[in-house]
Amino acid sequence: MQSSAHASAFTAQTRLRDQSPLVRTLRRLAGNRSAQVGALIIGALLLVAIFADVIAPYEYDQQIRQPGLRRRSPPCIHLLGCDPQKPQVLMGLDSNFRDLFSRVVYGARLSLQIGFLTTGAAILIGTLLGAIAGYAGGWLDNFIMRLMDVLLAFPSLLLAIAIVSVLGPGLVNTLLAVAFVSIPVYARVVRSSVLSVKEMDYITASRALGASSARILFVRILPNALTPVIVVGTLGIATAILDAAGLSFLGLGAQPPTPEWGLMLGEERNSVFNAPHLVFFPGIAIMLTVLGFNLLGDGLRDALDPRRRA
Amino acid sequence: MFRFIVRRLLLLLPVVLGILIVTFVLVRLIPGDPCKVMLGERATEEKCRAFRERFGLNDAIPIQFIRYLSSLLQGDLGTSIKNGRPVADIVAERLPMTMELTLFAMLFAVSFGIALGVLSAAKHNTAIDVGAMVFANIGVSMPVFWLGLMLAYIFALALKDTPFQLPPSGRLAAGTDLPSLLKVWGLEDAQGLQRFVLLLLSNSVLLNSLIQGRFDVFFNALRHLILPSIAVGTISLAIIARMTRGAMLDALTQDYVRVARAKGLIERAVIFKHALRNALVPIVTIIGLQTGGLLSGAVLTETVFSLPGVGTQIVDAIIARDYPVVQAFTLLIAVIFVLVNLVVDVSYAYLDPRIRVS
Repeated sequence: MQSSAHASAFTAQTRLRDQSPLVRTLRRLAGNRSAQVGALIIGALLLVAIFADVIAPYEYDQQIRQPGLRRRSPPCIHLLGCDPQKPQVLMGLDSNFRDLFSRVVYGARLSLQIGFLTTGAAILIGTLLGAIAGYAGGWLDNFIMRLMDVLLAFPSLLLAIAIVSVLGPGLVNTLLAVAFVSIPVYARVVRSSVLSVKEMDYITASRALGASSARILFVRILPNALTPVIVVGTLGIATAILDAAGLSFLGLGAQPPTPEWGLMLGEERNSVFNAPHLVFFPGIAIMLTVLGFNLLGDGLRDALDPRRRA
Repeated sequence: MFRFIVRRLLLLLPVVLGILIVTFVLVRLIPGDPCKVMLGERATEEKCRAFRERFGLNDAIPIQFIRYLSSLLQGDLGTSIKNGRPVADIVAERLPMTMELTLFAMLFAVSFGIALGVLSAAKHNTAIDVGAMVFANIGVSMPVFWLGLMLAYIFALALKDTPFQLPPSGRLAAGTDLPSLLKVWGLEDAQGLQRFVLLLLSNSVLLNSLIQGRFDVFFNALRHLILPSIAVGTISLAIIARMTRGAMLDALTQDYVRVARAKGLIERAVIFKHALRNALVPIVTIIGLQTGGLLSGAVLTETVFSLPGVGTQIVDAIIARDYPVVQAFTLLIAVIFVLVNLVVDVSYAYLDPRIRVS
């Protein structure tokens, strides 16, 4: 509720002065080529994910046995001159007679969920840890940040693999592992941001007025310290999707018949020479998604970074 | 400089201790009775008691940790549950492959990444710049394993019977035989560190073939490394290129560059001697941070190209629930990662003397 009060104060301010920071930032964002392309890709993906039931011609686990279709049939698109007698399959069939296009479409839903869920959880915990470390200082700061240093000493995917090996393979455990390994990044970012905000005059004023520590931290400092998290979080979604796909590719993440892009690649990797479409399309899907978040993150960074406001 | 390195090494101790605690705790967190996990569900109570006694599982956790540390310090990484072999032997067998792959991938990423970044900055806002950055953005977003599969398809099938054909899998062509150095030098009963080092050398196909003067094998192994190295290195290449471009653009606006140009230096000297030298600190930082990405990439890529390295071993060990092996390799990779970043820290001081003072 506090944050919505804050937001409405923000909009009121926006109405007062047309050149408010929010409007300026949004303008810069709208004029940024990376952000435009990124937002376009993510917007399209969101639509595909939301309307997956409508877009996909088949269920993701439905086997299609029709004359003219073999196991691992190549794509057949009527518009591109494929024999109209044959049933249309946009991306071909996989090794289990399933429509690859439908699976890729449903995969969008899953991958976006993976990205948002893991990054959301990591931001929540990382922000809390970083804020406490930055605000409290002293031994608590030292303890939390050294812990984060140790976690950062492991390459993230390998730590995730080790965690999954303890928890056991599966999609939920993969999400937990990927979220866990990204916590330190957010803790660091929030801590350094809190450190700079807490020296501001209005914080001293708040303290002089007798506000409690919790109120100062969560109402006065955090809302003003979260800008960098927006950028790192957007880029983090890309990393989370890549890591989760990697784990599924190795057979440690999502299990069949889940339409997870990494798993689809892993299952069909031996078909690369005789049915390359089975490897090509899921990979392109991962790449486009990751590219979208990377571009949007870059654009956000340019729009929010005061040093780049030339 | 020496004192600087010593200080950095001392600062590493708590981190390494933390890594040890994490790997130790990870294995202790495995749900269920370790006896049932390791001996199977039907192990009798009698056998379990003997098992706990043998592995000291009845002692307090801190005592177990100290014992773990002391055996580590003696070079004992434990024994594989799956096949009873010393984990140190498995490490010596698998590590060289992954190191070779990571090293070549890094070489590829650093050389092409810096070149692309410098070119992009020198031709700022031209078609070359835009093209290079579009390439970099796509490169950053590609899943390593997918790129590997696509490269295998292109170079092994699409370009078959052309001079560009490259092998899509394996370490060496089938039927190539490269005896172990232990056998060649008649040191099969070597023990301890000597055995470990000899195994490491033997299993590095590149070093072993050079030592034995088998250049045909050397070039064969090199050809097998090209596609995996490109697959592993491309993401880092793109990241390094972007970072180099940014740092170069910053450097090119500085006064010392204007001075260099004003005194009539040719553009090449301005870019390489003045701008690049000053842009190197952020570039080296990002290279160090990429090591983790490269090692992770190697793990995924080995699976694609069926290479007998750390990655395939870790995945096998996880599926077989071979915890000592998982533990040892996780520890090993974290330590390598930390050491590389130490080298990066030290190279700052070399590149920028101001850092040494502060």
